Amino acid sequence: MTIIRVKMADLNVIESPGVLITSGLGSCIGVTLYDGKKRIGGMAHVMLPDSTTMRSQTNLAKYADTALELLLEKLSKLGVERRRLKAKMAGGAQMFNFDSDNDLMRIGARNTEAVKKKLEECGIPLIAEDTGGSHGRTMEFYTENGLVIIKSVKMGDSEL
Amino acid sequence: MGKIRPITELSPIQLDALREIGNIGAGNSATAFAQFLGRKIDMTVPKVNIVELSEVPELYGGADVPVVGITLRVLGEAPGHMLFLLEQKSAFKLLEVLGMRVSSDSFSDMEVSALKEIVNILSGSYLSAFNQMTGFVLIQSVPAFAVDMAGAILGVFMVEFGQMGDHGLLVETQFHVDQEEIRGNLFFIPGQGSLDSIIKALGLGACYDDNSG
Repeated sequence: MTIIRVKMADLNVIESPGVLITSGLGSCIGVTLYDGKKRIGGMAHVMLPDSTTMRSQTNLAKYADTALELLLEKLSKLGVERRRLKAKMAGGAQMFNFDSDNDLMRIGARNTEAVKKKLEECGIPLIAEDTGGSHGRTMEFYTENGLVIIKSVKMGDSEL
Repeated sequence: MGKIRPITELSPIQLDALREIGNIGAGNSATAFAQFLGRKIDMTVPKVNIVELSEVPELYGGADVPVVGITLRVLGEAPGHMLFLLEQKSAFKLLEVLGMRVSSDSFSDMEVSALKEIVNILSGSYLSAFNQMTGFVLIQSVPAFAVDMAGAILGVFMVEFGQMGDHGLLVETQFHVDQEEIRGNLFFIPGQGSLDSIIKALGLGACYDDNSG
């Protein structure tokens, strides 16, 4: 069984029975796309909401909008049809509580909104999510059956 | 705030300057820490780490390893963050040295408050040395506390760097409490726009401009 680790600001695709894992999601979002018929899946570890207002465009996997486009492109090269895809997402936490509306600290919520907006634009249903709160998460995605396991120090393990 | 340039364009002299801030800042922190604890404190030579963002969650023992993180916002001419990162067992030991009983696997409100106060002292003395060197009037916010995966904690501080490039910059010093198994890493994490202000304040602005090409 192949296991691929998706790093921060990174994405990848794999066929069954491959597993995609991304660790240490804080304010970042882990998002998975799955074609249950072909048993092919993709995962992105998104760090920022929007590429259009940013000066750095070197790594498209970093932003919610461009990461999902890139992931869809990679999946379509493997013969996946967009209409069969279903999405799951996790992360978007606020790790530290400051008494301010500092943008940096609100980034988790903004990432969550941005990923949802982009999924909607692409017409991909979001079937499960574990977002928000103030705890870090690790996401494991099993392409054999589409199962996503969320692990966290504070809340233990759960299934998506 | 000054110009914003990619971290990877910093010259060796400018990196040395940041390391020197780390040295003097952390030296001051170590003295304050030693006075507070009544113990000898060893510190490593500060490092200026320029890391690829994608590698950050894997630093400091792995993304999934639970650590204690206490952070303060730095406000003023060179905004950024101070972050103190230590393993849970080090944090428990530290509380024992302070004479606070550790009764469970988690931190009580009182214990969290004590740890925050230590970082308040470490950070305050760091910034006061920093201010003396640069003529800045940097102040700090109240501390915020988290126990969580190292990757999730460190990732928060990379968000600002991510908007400008694919590298983050951390000025890191490790502290070790003599005869106790207590180790902690103190980070100064300048905001992107702060690098230029710091370098200018140290009189190294010209070196910066040499690099612009």
